[in-house]
This record gives sequence, structure tokens and C-alpha cells, in this order.
Amino acid sequence: MTESSERDSLALTLERLEKIVHELEGDDLDLDRALALFEDGVRHLRAARERLAEADGRVQRVLEDARGTLSITDLDV
Amino acid sequence: MRGRRGAGSGDLFADAEERRGDRRSFTVSELSEVLREATERSTGQVWVKGEVSGLKVYQTGHWYFTLRDELAQLRCVMWRTYTRKLKVTPDEGAEVYALATPTVNRDRGELRLGVVTMLPTAGVGIHQLGFERAREALARDGLLDPGRKRRLPAFPGTIAVVTSPDGAVLHDLKTVARRRWPAARLLLVPARVQGDDAVDELVAALGLVDRLDADCCIIARGGGAREDLLAFNDESVCRAVAACRIPTVAAVGHETDVTLTDLVADLRAATPSAAAELVLPDRRAVERHTANLATRLAHGLTRRTGVMRERIERASDRVRGSLTALLADRRRRTDRLAATLDALSPLAVLGRGYSVARTADGRVAKRVADLPSKTEFTLRLSDGEIDAEAR
Repeated sequence: MTESSERDSLALTLERLEKIVHELEGDDLDLDRALALFEDGVRHLRAARERLAEADGRVQRVLEDARGTLSITDLDV
Repeated sequence: MRGRRGAGSGDLFADAEERRGDRRSFTVSELSEVLREATERSTGQVWVKGEVSGLKVYQTGHWYFTLRDELAQLRCVMWRTYTRKLKVTPDEGAEVYALATPTVNRDRGELRLGVVTMLPTAGVGIHQLGFERAREALARDGLLDPGRKRRLPAFPGTIAVVTSPDGAVLHDLKTVARRRWPAARLLLVPARVQGDDAVDELVAALGLVDRLDADCCIIARGGGAREDLLAFNDESVCRAVAACRIPTVAAVGHETDVTLTDLVADLRAATPSAAAELVLPDRRAVERHTANLATRLAHGLTRRTGVMRERIERASDRVRGSLTALLADRRRRTDRLAATLDALSPLAVLGRGYSVARTADGRVAKRVADLPSKTEFTLRLSDGEIDAEAR
């Protein structure tokens, strides 16, 4: 499940960032709110960039033994 | 007769007699065997195109039928060993290519084709029939319904790949992944994709996919002959694809081949590489988008603080303005009051030469009686006071 939540996190991060920017670009906003949004935005931006910089690129192979136990081994392609 | 023809011309018949005499007569069995051998040698194993007619399926698993076209027909037999490998019993009139060797049936004295396999022709053939039947069954269960198609995750972390470990498919996927989304992890779930075991292995692999923690699944096979894609038209494979808990992308064969697996999967790609393009986001595009958001974020704040600064400056201008006005007003009123005050001031009277006498207790002396002899008093003049005494 960690993989899934990691995957979700980038989608959610970008989604949240878009909302922040949208709100920040609106007209009715006091400065405190704008500053808070900006800080929040910068944090999300950093998270997104970290995720984008990841380069795992693993290729692995799933094997199932006679008892139905799964094992995953690295594969050179 | 020989004598009448003369010695010189009798040789022909003698030779002929002799030639016939070289061969003993055949039994039916012997001749049948000779004919069988000759027939089998005549063409060897060949593809025969024709319509299936009068098919009888025996308990033993053997099939007897006729292949025909407009002008001719041939009796055919297909033994259990071979019929077992066919998924579908051809319908009456189905046009097929049969791989067969002509032979002669000894018991019946009949010419026959010994068929080992059948393939669909361009028309409605045997596989087409199987395809249509499977499609009907899948459609009946709603598995081809566009409404059940799921969306692919925006940023998949792990991608299960059901394909042959030997083919170029995995390499193609890896190449695309490296270019588009290097963070992706490809998880090969090996299965044979053609041949007799393909169906079983594909079903097993698809079952295994659900036990992995993957975000989506690519079912792929490189291009091949149309009959090599058969497993992907198998109903049980299609049902296994439909049963996957994660979104599926099918990439089977070439662009022109659409298999039932393609129809059941959530998304169809023309080739395995195209499947990877569909599944994987383009990192550069996401980076551009992120950069754009960063710019807008910064501008958003600058604009916001800019607006604030303007507003503050405008407010302070107003404050300053109103303060100035207030002060001017006050000054005017003060000046006016001062003038009035001045006019009314007793000092002005003193200025004209009058003076005011005040007794020690501060009262103003208005009459002579107010100042008896020897009384000390203060005399207020325009520019000061002097002490005095009445005499």
C-alpha cells in the first residue's frame, strides 16, 4: 500500500498546488491568507520536485513457487 | 495370331506379354496399399481450402466431415489427437484452411484427407466463430461495456507486465519507461503468450497480478501471425483480464489486430510501446507543469503583496491628507478666535492709555471709596504692573 499512497501523493500534491495557485490568483484574499497559501504552495512544490527527481527504473520479475509463495527478483533487461 | 503377324512384328506383343508377366496380379489389399502410398506421395501434406460440411463428432473424439467447394468434395477425418487442440467445433459451412495429407482408406476404399489442423480463412472461419461466440458471451455478461472502463492512475509507481519473458516486449517497455518516467518500477509476471499452454499461463499470471501491489497492469505481446494471437481471444483469458482489480492495458499484436482481450481491457494500445506511453506520464511535461505552477505561485504572492502595498500607500495618503486638512482648519479657527479675543481684551483698552487698579485682594477699584488713604494697590498698565499707595 505504500507504493499506492506514494503514487497518490504526487497526484494529490499537484492537485493541491493547482488549487493553491488558483486561490492565490483570486481577488478576495487578505495578506495573511496569501502568505499562508504561499508557504503551503512552496512545501508542495518541493515535494513534487523531489518525487520528479526520483529515478528508480527497476525491472523485476515475479516468481511463484509450488506453495504459491511469491518472490520478486531483479531483472536485467 | 503371332504366326500370322510374322516373327519381325510379333515382338511388340511378346514384349507386352512379358512386361505384364513381370508383375503378378494384386490382391485388393495390395493394390489398395499401392494406391494409398501413391496418393500420400502425390502431394504430401498440403493446405486445403474448403467449406466444412456434414461434420460428425464421435464419442472417441475423432471428427468425420467433408470439405467442399463449388465443384468437388473430399471426405476428411481428423483424429482425436488433433481435434483436441482445436478450441471450437466448426459450424456447418464454415470456410477453413485444413492442413491435410490425402490418403486412401483401406476398409472402405475411399479417398480421404487426414486433417491435422484447421485455421480460419479470411471469411468466417473456425477461429472467427470461436471469436464471435466468446464475444457474445463476454458481451452478455457486460464485460465489453464501455461504462466499466477504469481510468489509469495519473502517476503509477509499479506496473505489472504480463508477457513472455523471452520477447522484446519487456525491453520496449523499459526503453519507454526510462525516457518518460524513470521512477516507474516494472514487474514482469511471465506467461507464455502463444502455443498450447498460453491460455492457462495467461490466466494464472493475471490471477497473480492481483496479489501484487501494482498500480496498473499491461498485458502485452509482440506482433505475430494472426493465429498466434489466439490465446488473447480465449474467453477465460478475457474473463481474467476483466477480473483484475487494477486498471488494465492490453497491447496484443499489431495495430490491425484487435483481440477480445483488447476489448475487455480498460484501455487498448496498438503496440507494447504505445501501452507504456499511455500508462506512464511524461516527466518533462510534468516538470513543465510544475515549473508553471511555481511561477504562478510566486506571481500570486507578489501580486497580492503589491495590491496590499498600493492599498496601504493609498490609505496613508488619505490619512496624511485628512490630517493636514484638520490642522489647517484648527489653525484657521484659532486665528479667528484670537482676533475676537484680541478685540475683546481689556489689554487693548490699556493700550489706549487706561489703567486698572486692583486692591491687595485682587478686586478692581472702581470708585474713590475703594481706595481709602494709605491703601496699597496694584496698577495694571498696558505693558506691566506697578505697586502704588493712595495718599
